[in-house]
Amino acid sequence: AGSVESKTEAAMSELVPEPRQKPVVPMKPTGINASLLGYIGIDTIIEQMRKKTMKTGFDFNIMVVGQSGLGKSTLVNTLFKSQVSRKSSGWNREEKIPKTVEIKAIGHVIEEGGVKMKLTVIDTPGFGDQINNENCWEPIEKYINEQYEKFLKEEVNIARKKRIPDTRVHCCLYFISPTGHSLRPLDLEFMKHLSKVVNIIPVIAKADTMTLEEKIEFKQRVRKELEVNGIEFYPQKEFDEDLEDKTENDKIRQESMPFAVVGSDKEYQVNGKRVLGRKTPWGIIEVENLTHCEFALLRDFVIRTHLQDLKEVTHNIHYETYRAKRLNDNGGLPPMTVETEENHESNL
Amino acid sequence: YTQPVFSCQFSDSAGYVGFANLPNQVHRKSVKKGFEFTLMVVGESGLGKSTLINSLFLTDLYPERYIPGAAEKIERTVQIEASTVEIEERGVKLRLTVVDTPGYGDAINSQDCFKTIIQYMDNQFERYLHDESGLNRRHIIDNRVHCCFYFISPFGHGLKPLDVEFMKALHGKVNIVPVIAKADTLTLKERERLKRRILDEISEHGIRIYQLPDADSDEDEEFKEQTRASIPFAVIGSNQLIEVKGKKIRGRLYPWGVVEVENPEHNDFLKLRTMLVTHMQDLQEVTQDLHYENFRSERLKRTGK
Repeated sequence: AGSVESKTEAAMSELVPEPRQKPVVPMKPTGINASLLGYIGIDTIIEQMRKKTMKTGFDFNIMVVGQSGLGKSTLVNTLFKSQVSRKSSGWNREEKIPKTVEIKAIGHVIEEGGVKMKLTVIDTPGFGDQINNENCWEPIEKYINEQYEKFLKEEVNIARKKRIPDTRVHCCLYFISPTGHSLRPLDLEFMKHLSKVVNIIPVIAKADTMTLEEKIEFKQRVRKELEVNGIEFYPQKEFDEDLEDKTENDKIRQESMPFAVVGSDKEYQVNGKRVLGRKTPWGIIEVENLTHCEFALLRDFVIRTHLQDLKEVTHNIHYETYRAKRLNDNGGLPPMTVETEENHESNL
Repeated sequence: YTQPVFSCQFSDSAGYVGFANLPNQVHRKSVKKGFEFTLMVVGESGLGKSTLINSLFLTDLYPERYIPGAAEKIERTVQIEASTVEIEERGVKLRLTVVDTPGYGDAINSQDCFKTIIQYMDNQFERYLHDESGLNRRHIIDNRVHCCFYFISPFGHGLKPLDVEFMKALHGKVNIVPVIAKADTLTLKERERLKRRILDEISEHGIRIYQLPDADSDEDEEFKEQTRASIPFAVIGSNQLIEVKGKKIRGRLYPWGVVEVENPEHNDFLKLRTMLVTHMQDLQEVTQDLHYENFRSERLKRTGK
């Protein structure tokens, strides 16, 4: 979209990432401006931006990481109300657990209300499933950096595409096993390494395994552990832009997260309504019922309120950090796909 | 303990010797002596092992439990911790030792995590062998592990690589009873699928789990079959009492309903408990006759005695 490119141009002139700016949002005429002689129509810019977004659609790339069987695919399908993630479960699955971590990216175009989203779900089968899981996060970190590299290459081209395809990982859902005890060593290691390169949103998987008290206690424990170990998950404190952001995000960080979720692609009849849920001999667990689990909070957070912010932080912070490091490291530039010698002149 | 009452007619009939009474005598002596049983529990942290043990034996084996955080677990290796409790029921005394293995499966690299456990098992066999071969054999203490509950996570799609490796390494040393933990995390269909999957994988890898002996003539054949068909048992444990229909029962209270530990329609807890207590004798026997004897013959062959 247009706004992304102009910010990029500004950033290109510096080696240090500049603090990100919020796009200008015109306000409704207040008391002071009420004395405007007439209506100008500046506020229609919002509508223009909206129309533009609708026409061009947007990319969103979400990665899921966690041990096999924690319901990652089901959750993503539930989040986007589509079969966007091929369930590796297939209780009839032919494939065994891969011996090393694989990165599998599957793209779908989904549409809602005239808005098109090119959603890519990046799965990481094999993570944490082996007996020896040392460094199993490396392929994941590598993949994430490769996407930054791809974007960087496109950016420094002379003849740049109008819209650089964005394959960068905007959000990484990390699935915590609901043991009720504490995080596992692997959880700590992964999040320590990766929270520096990508937005990590920790979720407690299969939360229907915990009673209300167990859930509260476990969440408190996990939050404490993350804090003690210096792990900054999304939304990161240092990127809160203003008081409004901070207040809203503080509440999310200190009370809601990590979201304890349950996913399902099956519907049942409850009180005359059809709901997504899980049927057990002792009751039906309703996925979108806030007294049962926090799925709806996660969904609203990722999709309805912070989707754009996830992309912005990825672009303005994580990507810029990568870019700065690349430019500083090689005393320069990513190797160019040189067609002519003119390419060199355009580089910084 | 009351004297068994014999039908008077027997004592006078010709040709009656009276040794039909022997089982009762053995029974009485055993009861006086009390029973000893050692149960090992293995499984990664947070699968509800301790809660299940407390539920099984209606006791609190771990009163002041400290649960370490993830950072501490990084440093920790597998420990072996044994707790003993004396349980008495209707005059019958049981000295139960539960052997825990905290740290199992926690580390990022779990390559060696069951070496400690294998060593422990072998040490108990070694000690017994030594005592058995000694001069004073009156008071041999049997610390051998008679049964090992192996906890399988309900969150996976079947056995994990570590599960397979562990069971392959230990099925020749101890009676393994696989248990699906935290079964209330599964719907009934998921449970059945998981059980089938686990059994397929067990068979595929040639893992030998404890087999229930065929029913004796006086036992309920059907019940036995049902029990056998439920393996691996999908269980739920709880330390809490909840009021359901006026009664206080062990269970877990969720916003969507109450899971009852001792309700056979909710999980296999009762089957597991019944299986364990009615087979304590057999479990000890198989440990002695199979696992121990294997160890002993290997040991003696090696030392060339």
